[in-house]
Amino acid sequence: MATILAVDDSASMRQMVAFTLKGAGYDVQEASDGSEALSIAKTRKFDLVLSDVNMPVMDGIELVTELRKLGDYKFVPVLMLTTESAGDKKMAGKQAGATGWIVKPFNPEQLLNTIKKVLG
Amino acid sequence: MSIDLSQFHQVFFEESFEGLDIMESSLLALDLTEVDAETINTIFRAAHSIKGGAGTFGFMQVSSFTHVVETLLDEIRAGDRGIEQDHVDLFLQCVDCLRGLMSDLQAGSEPDMTQADDLKIKFEAILAGGEVIAEDNDEAGTQTGNSDISHASPDDSGEKGWKIEFIPCEDVLCTGNEPYRMFRELQELAEEGEGKGLEVIPHLERLPDFSSMHPEMCYMSWTIIVRADIELSEIEEIFEWVVDDCDIRYQRLSECDLSTLEVHQAVGSTAEVAEVEVEATVALATKNKEVDKITAAAPVVSEKIEKALEKVAVKKAPKVEKKAAAKPAENTSIRVSIDKIDGLINMVGELVITQSMLGQLGQEFDVSRLQSLQEGLSQLEQNTRELQESVMKIRMLPISFAFSRFPRLVRDLSKQLDKEVELVMLGENTELDKTVMEKIGDPLVHLVRNSLDHGLESVQNRTDNGKSRAGTITLNAYHHGGNIVIEVKDDGAGLNKERIRKKAIEKGIIGEDEHLTDSQIYDLIFQAGFSTADVVSDVSGRGVGMDVVRRNIAELNGSIDVSSKDGEGSTFSIRLPLTLAILDGQLVRVGEEVYIFPLVSIVESIQLEKSMLNNITGNQFVMQLRNEYVPIVSLQDIFNIDGEKKDLEGAMLVVVEGDTEKVGIVVDELLGQQQVVIKSLEQNYEKVDSISGATILGDGTVALIVDISGLNNKSSENKSEDQTQAA
Repeated sequence: MATILAVDDSASMRQMVAFTLKGAGYDVQEASDGSEALSIAKTRKFDLVLSDVNMPVMDGIELVTELRKLGDYKFVPVLMLTTESAGDKKMAGKQAGATGWIVKPFNPEQLLNTIKKVLG
Repeated sequence: MSIDLSQFHQVFFEESFEGLDIMESSLLALDLTEVDAETINTIFRAAHSIKGGAGTFGFMQVSSFTHVVETLLDEIRAGDRGIEQDHVDLFLQCVDCLRGLMSDLQAGSEPDMTQADDLKIKFEAILAGGEVIAEDNDEAGTQTGNSDISHASPDDSGEKGWKIEFIPCEDVLCTGNEPYRMFRELQELAEEGEGKGLEVIPHLERLPDFSSMHPEMCYMSWTIIVRADIELSEIEEIFEWVVDDCDIRYQRLSECDLSTLEVHQAVGSTAEVAEVEVEATVALATKNKEVDKITAAAPVVSEKIEKALEKVAVKKAPKVEKKAAAKPAENTSIRVSIDKIDGLINMVGELVITQSMLGQLGQEFDVSRLQSLQEGLSQLEQNTRELQESVMKIRMLPISFAFSRFPRLVRDLSKQLDKEVELVMLGENTELDKTVMEKIGDPLVHLVRNSLDHGLESVQNRTDNGKSRAGTITLNAYHHGGNIVIEVKDDGAGLNKERIRKKAIEKGIIGEDEHLTDSQIYDLIFQAGFSTADVVSDVSGRGVGMDVVRRNIAELNGSIDVSSKDGEGSTFSIRLPLTLAILDGQLVRVGEEVYIFPLVSIVESIQLEKSMLNNITGNQFVMQLRNEYVPIVSLQDIFNIDGEKKDLEGAMLVVVEGDTEKVGIVVDELLGQQQVVIKSLEQNYEKVDSISGATILGDGTVALIVDISGLNNKSSENKSEDQTQAA
C-alpha cells in the first residue's frame, strides 16, 4: 500500500488525518513541522506528502521547496492543507512546487477521495 | 467509511488552550512601536490552527468566530494594516472569549455566543472600515481559470461532451502533477456520465531536438475528447491544480468541428521520444481502449510504456505493516522532557546493577566480605535516592506555568486602576510539583492583585514622592533548602502599620493597648475578616483575602510571611515544599507511638518551666512564650494514647504554627528528622481528624503525620467546650 507522510503542527489534525488514512490502508508517518518532515523524508521515500501550510520552525511552503531539491522527491505529489481564505498561500505553494491542495475544513471522506485520485 | 471525529476532540481542546496561551503571551509581548513580524506570525498561526481544527471537528461557531479574528491578523501580517492598541485589546478579549467557548464545548454544553457575537461585530467593523479593500483573488482564480467558454445551456442538437486542449507548462511534472492522473479522472467522469468514453490525442510539435531535450520536462500536449453529458465544472475541477500554469481550453463538442482534428505526428517515429518521457515518469498509457485505438499505429510505443510502467510499479516501496491508531488520551496529561525519562532509565540501570551485585554477594556470603556488603548497601542507598529524585522530577514543572497568567492580569488591572506597572518575573525555570503548582495559582493571583491595588501608589502619588511613575511588581521564585520560595514584591508605599493597628482594634482582633512588634502587626492582615481598603474595590478588598491565602498555603504544608518598609514596598514570601509526595518531618514519640510533625510548621522546641505555665480553665493550660500566650495541647489526650500522665512541668514541648495560631504540643521525646513519603489515609483507610497522612518508617512500622492546622482547630474547639462547661 502507498506510503504517506502527514505533516501538521496541530496534533488533533495530524491524528485525524493519520487515523483516516491508516483506516483506508495507507502506511502513514507523522511529522509535526516542516523540518521534522524533511529529515524523515530524507531517510525514506514516500509516495505522497500531505502538509499543513502554517507551521512553526519550517512552514509548508519551505518544506515543498526543500523536498523538490531532493532527487527522490522531484515528482512525488505534495498536497497542501490550506484554508479557503489563503488564496495567496495556494499560489505560493504552487510556485514552490506543490502538486495541489485540500481546503480546510475537510472531512475524512473528502480527504480520502482526493488522496485516492492522486495515488490512483 | 465513517469516522467518529469525537475521538480527536480532547486533543483538539488541549492544543487549542495551549494555542490561546501562546496567543495571549505573544500579544502581551508585542511592542507596538516596533512590531516583530515573527510574533504576529505566531499569533496568526495559533488562531489559524484553532479555526482549522474547529472547522474540521464540527465546531462551526468557533470556526466562524475565529475566521474574523484570523482575517484581521492576516491583514496585519501581510502589512496591509498597522496594529493598534485597540486591536491588541480586542484580540485579548477574543482569547478570553475563545477560552470560554472551548471550555463550554469541552464540558459538552452549548457555548454561549453572546460575547463572541459582540466581538465579531467589532471585528467586522474594523475590517469593513479599514483602508484595506478585501480582495478575494482566490475565488476568481479557481473559478474561471483560463477558460473563456460561456456557461450557457448546452445546445441539445449537437453531440454531448467536451473538447479539451491541454497544453501543460513544461515543468508540470516537477510539481508532482502527472497528466496521466487527469486522464484517469476524465475517464472515470466519462464512464459516470454514461458517455462513449475518452479520446486522447497527443501532440508532439513542442518536442525539441533530442540533444536539447530535458528528461524532466513535459513537451507534449493533448487534445482530449470527452464524450459524455457532464458539466464543465466537473472537468475544471480535475484541472484545478494546474489551471494557473497550463493552457487549457474547453469547447463543447456540439460547437466544434471534429473533422479538423488531426493526429499531427507519425507516432511510430517517436518511440525514442516516448521512452524519454516514460523515464520522466510520465505515465501516459491508460487502460483506455480509445487511447489504445489511437496508439495502435505504433504498438511498440504502448508496449514500451506498459513495461516502463511495470518497472515503476515494482520500484515502489514495499508494504509496511499498518500501525494501530493511537488512542486519544482522556486523562490530564503531563509533558515530560526526554532528558528526564533518560535520566530515569539510567537510574534504573544502576539500580539493577547494584541489585545483582548484592544478590551475588548474598549467595556466597562470608563475614570477610562484610565491607563489600556495606559498600553495596551504600551504593543502593545512593541509587534509591537518585531514583527518587528522578521520579520526583517527572512531576516537576517550571514555575513559569503559574507565572504565565500574570502579564495579562497585571496589564488589565493596571489599566483598570489607572496605575503604571512594570512586572518583573525572575526564576521562571524554578521547578515545582505539578499539584503544588495547580494549587498555588489562586493565592498568587490574590497576592499580585493586592500588591497592585493596595501596595502600589497612584502615578500622582508616586511622582509627588519622587518615585518613578511606574511601580514595579517582582515575582521571584527560587529553591531554598529543600523548599521553593516564591516572592511577590512591590515597590509601593509599604504596609501602613498605624492603619492596620487601628483596623484590628476596630474589628476587635486586638485590644486597644496591646503592644505588638512590627511583624506581629503585619501578621494581622492574615486574620479572617481583615481588610484595610477604604473602599471595597472589585480588584481586591472584599475582606476575604489574606486569611484564605494563608489557609490555602498551609494546606500545601507551606507558610507565608510578609516584610515591609515604609515608602519602599512590601514583600510577601511563600515557602512551599517542593512536592506533596514527600515531607521533611520531625519524628516525635508519645507513649509507644511515633508521630511526625511537618518540619515547616515547627517554630521551636522547648522544655517547659513552671514559670511559663498558666492554668486557664480546668485542664486547659497556656504558656507564656516571651510576650505571647500559647495554648498547650497534649497528643496523649487528643489521640487517647495509653500511658502514664506526665506532669507538664519539665515536659518536652514542640511549638508549631498552623494557619495563624501557635500551639505548644507536649511530646515524650524528640526523635530524628527525616524525609518521609506521604501515604494517604483517606485512600487506604478513612479520613482521621488531626491526621494528614501516614508513612512507613525504616523498621516497617506505620507512623502518622500530624495535621497541624487540624490540631489547631481541635484545640480551639476544646477550649470553647471547656469554657462553656465552666460557664
